[in-house]
Amino acid sequence: MTLQQSNAAAMPRTGVFLRSQMRNIAPFATLILLIVFFSFASPSFATIDNAANILTQISVAGIMAVGLTFVILCGEIDLSVASVANATGIVVAFFTMQEAYVNIANVPLPGWLAIVLALASCLALGLVNAVGTTVVGIPSFIMTLAMMQIGAGICALLVRGQIAYAVPDLVNTLGAGRIYGFPTIGLVLIAFLVVGHVTLRYTRFGRYIFMVGGNREAAEYSGVNVKVVLGAALVICAVCSGVAGMLGVAHFGSAQQNEFDGYLLDAIAAVVVGGTSLFGGRGGIGNTIVGLCVLGVLNNGLDHIQIDSFLKILIRGLILLAALIVNVYVQNIRTVERAQGG
Amino acid sequence: MRGLFSTVPPVTVMTSENPAPASDTPRLQMRGISKSFGGVAALRDVDFTLRAGEIHGLVGENGAGKSTMMKIIAGVHTGYEGRMLIDGREVHFRSARDALAAGIGMVHQELSIMPDLTVAENVYLGKQPVNAAGLVDWPAMTTGARAQLKSLGIDVDPKTRMGDLPIGLQQLIELARVLFSGARIIILDEPTSALSPPEVQLLFDVLKGVRASGRSIVFISHFLDDILSISDTVTVFRNGRLVVTHGVEGIDKGWLIDKMIGAGHEDLEESYLGNIALASKPDAPVVLAAEGLTYGRAYADISFEAKAGEILGIYGFMGCGQIELARTLFGKLRPDRGGLSIAGRRRRLRNTTQAREAGIAFVPENRRSMLFYEQPVYKNVSISILARISRLWLRPEKEREIARRHVESLHIRPPRADVALGALSGGNQQKVALAKWLTHRPKVLVLSEPTRGMDVGAKDDVVKIVRALADEGLAVVVVSAEPETVLSLADRVLVMKKGRIVHEFANETISKDRLLAAA
Ligand SMILES: Nc1ncnc2c1ncn2[C@@H]1O[C@H](COP(=O)(O)OP(=O)(O)OP(=O)(O)O)[C@@H](O)[C@H]1O
Ligand SMILES: [Mg+2]
Repeated sequence: MTLQQSNAAAMPRTGVFLRSQMRNIAPFATLILLIVFFSFASPSFATIDNAANILTQISVAGIMAVGLTFVILCGEIDLSVASVANATGIVVAFFTMQEAYVNIANVPLPGWLAIVLALASCLALGLVNAVGTTVVGIPSFIMTLAMMQIGAGICALLVRGQIAYAVPDLVNTLGAGRIYGFPTIGLVLIAFLVVGHVTLRYTRFGRYIFMVGGNREAAEYSGVNVKVVLGAALVICAVCSGVAGMLGVAHFGSAQQNEFDGYLLDAIAAVVVGGTSLFGGRGGIGNTIVGLCVLGVLNNGLDHIQIDSFLKILIRGLILLAALIVNVYVQNIRTVERAQGG
Repeated sequence: MRGLFSTVPPVTVMTSENPAPASDTPRLQMRGISKSFGGVAALRDVDFTLRAGEIHGLVGENGAGKSTMMKIIAGVHTGYEGRMLIDGREVHFRSARDALAAGIGMVHQELSIMPDLTVAENVYLGKQPVNAAGLVDWPAMTTGARAQLKSLGIDVDPKTRMGDLPIGLQQLIELARVLFSGARIIILDEPTSALSPPEVQLLFDVLKGVRASGRSIVFISHFLDDILSISDTVTVFRNGRLVVTHGVEGIDKGWLIDKMIGAGHEDLEESYLGNIALASKPDAPVVLAAEGLTYGRAYADISFEAKAGEILGIYGFMGCGQIELARTLFGKLRPDRGGLSIAGRRRRLRNTTQAREAGIAFVPENRRSMLFYEQPVYKNVSISILARISRLWLRPEKEREIARRHVESLHIRPPRADVALGALSGGNQQKVALAKWLTHRPKVLVLSEPTRGMDVGAKDDVVKIVRALADEGLAVVVVSAEPETVLSLADRVLVMKKGRIVHEFANETISKDRLLAAA
């Protein structure tokens, strides 16, 4: 999306070009700075092993962020990603045979059926989000806030404060396995990123996402079914969250309530820090990748330099704030330029 | 804030805080102004002079540089070459705020109202009156706004949300904001494009009052009759240069067109003066039939038929319900009662996608609601036909090729498919909006104000394009509050008044006067 802008003006002067690319340059520069900083600060940071570590650490949030990118590009928000992930993870464990000491009324089913049921439940939750937002007309912010609570409720009902451990083999392999020493969950993340990118950039649906985010009214007057596009984005987001939840349960080795709570912020932060516009229409998976790397490097690097773990939280907050400032600032440039055009 | 804005701005236009200077120093001088966008020159070495107490008409083709020049004066564009003098003193604005402080007010071509604020808040945007406690003085704002609008003949509750008003009213309210701001230099960029004749008349009366108080007005318009009737001086722009500045006495429309586009215009100027013989096609097959359409308080009991190969004009003053009717035909609004048949089949349009699939195409009157300003031209063109050229995968090369074809056939400037739409001038954007529907022919083309903001040449282009489409057998419905638009296009005219169809002109001779008399 942002590339077209650069060849839009006939001969962009460097200043104009840099300003128009601010959305992409700022997060990338942040990433480079962080990598350089941590490489000097800690000898154990810049190693292949640690790179694989970082990839594993960002995987769960990353898979959610792929779906969230669709929603945010439409100019909407999904606050229920972590909650849907948690619910889906618990559903898949609920339908898997648990050890005798796990005291939940689970219903053991064949592994594939448990997975299908889990996917169906995140799909259903996504559909509820979609119908609530597009048909009923509840703002996505409120609708998904309600869904956040509903997801938490489902989790609570199914595990009743207990912890489940077993998940189907396939989920276990994808979430906690390794191929040639490489964590499979990282490969799943890469697959999701690739499919997400290809969908957004090379398919008709992806174009609709950008156009609906860019100017919803104009999309409607062009005969685009805006409600279907928005609804689809919300469903995609919920399914991505569901997959992240299942693999996350395998990755952490347990399924319990409130397990994913921190991931809502991580997923939103990854998308926004990467430079995808909160107002819709600008950004993409490329930005989300950079955002994920920034978060991953930051979290991981702070561990390497033995920093006060409470300070860590503050630093993450400050980085997020800085990203939001850039995001909104870039938006203003764009609004001014639009006012000048025509 | 409090000290500065603690008084309610003057309500009547007659108050003149800044009487004209006694000397002959022009109010505003622009010397050797050049401006380019990314290497493309929009203005080349322009000298422009505005005297105190004059109404200065500004004309020129789409993309001639009129808006660009005015945006420099209003501090919107800050990077340019040349000098700017107000009352003989050199100034260089760093922002629109600077210009405002120096007494320059501008109504932009694209409305810049705040749709979510109330009418009163819009009128007092940036200069709300405050009370003794330093809080916004709502009662003063409401009464002030009501009084100001009343003097423009607008009777609207100042507490109404701006976005709920019809676009013409919004335009009048934005005008009111600038007219009553106390600015000494008032720039109006195509202020009448959404107004119907009585409102234009009203506006002109107000402008004359403003002139009498010694303030200066720049008036940009493509309606040359309006320019000639209201201006004292006229300036013509062509291709980024100022061609001529001349007193309005002794010049006429032909002269203006000649200066604007050069020779070879004989067929343009007379096209919609005088009497027009309507060539209705009573025997053509009916493509679109509306029966008893009713929508809220906007319109009631509307029935008509649109026929293949015929251009049906629906004329009415702004706010008579024609805008809502057009939206209903495209499935954007769902009628309370009544129905539509398309090509003999009864249709219930639940959304715009169904309308498109049923063969209806629509161009709304407001470009903003049709176009994607940051996207390149080709994506703007292809969005409405994407479903046809791509099932799953996009085909950008095909999109570009289609867009290039339209850019060429519609003479869009600059002639490229990959420039961002926002970089095009207003009239060229309008052509892109039309191009969206030209690749795959719809059965019915509904156009709302299709030539708004277009210069004479471009208007003529649109008339030719739409005629050619009708000749191919499309049913075209043109909805407009501009008599010229309807007269230059329609084969049959329905006149709407207060939400109802009150008259039909078919197979007869019709003139602007008769049309206005019926509305
Ligand atoms: N923000 C911008 N970026 C790039 N090019 C621009 C921009 N604004 C205007 N232009 C170009 O400058 C030229 C002059 O445009 P301008 O808007 O001043 O025309 P205009 O005389 O007001 O035309 P219209 O009657 O269509 O409104 C056009 O070629 C236009 O494409
Ligand atoms: Mg203009």
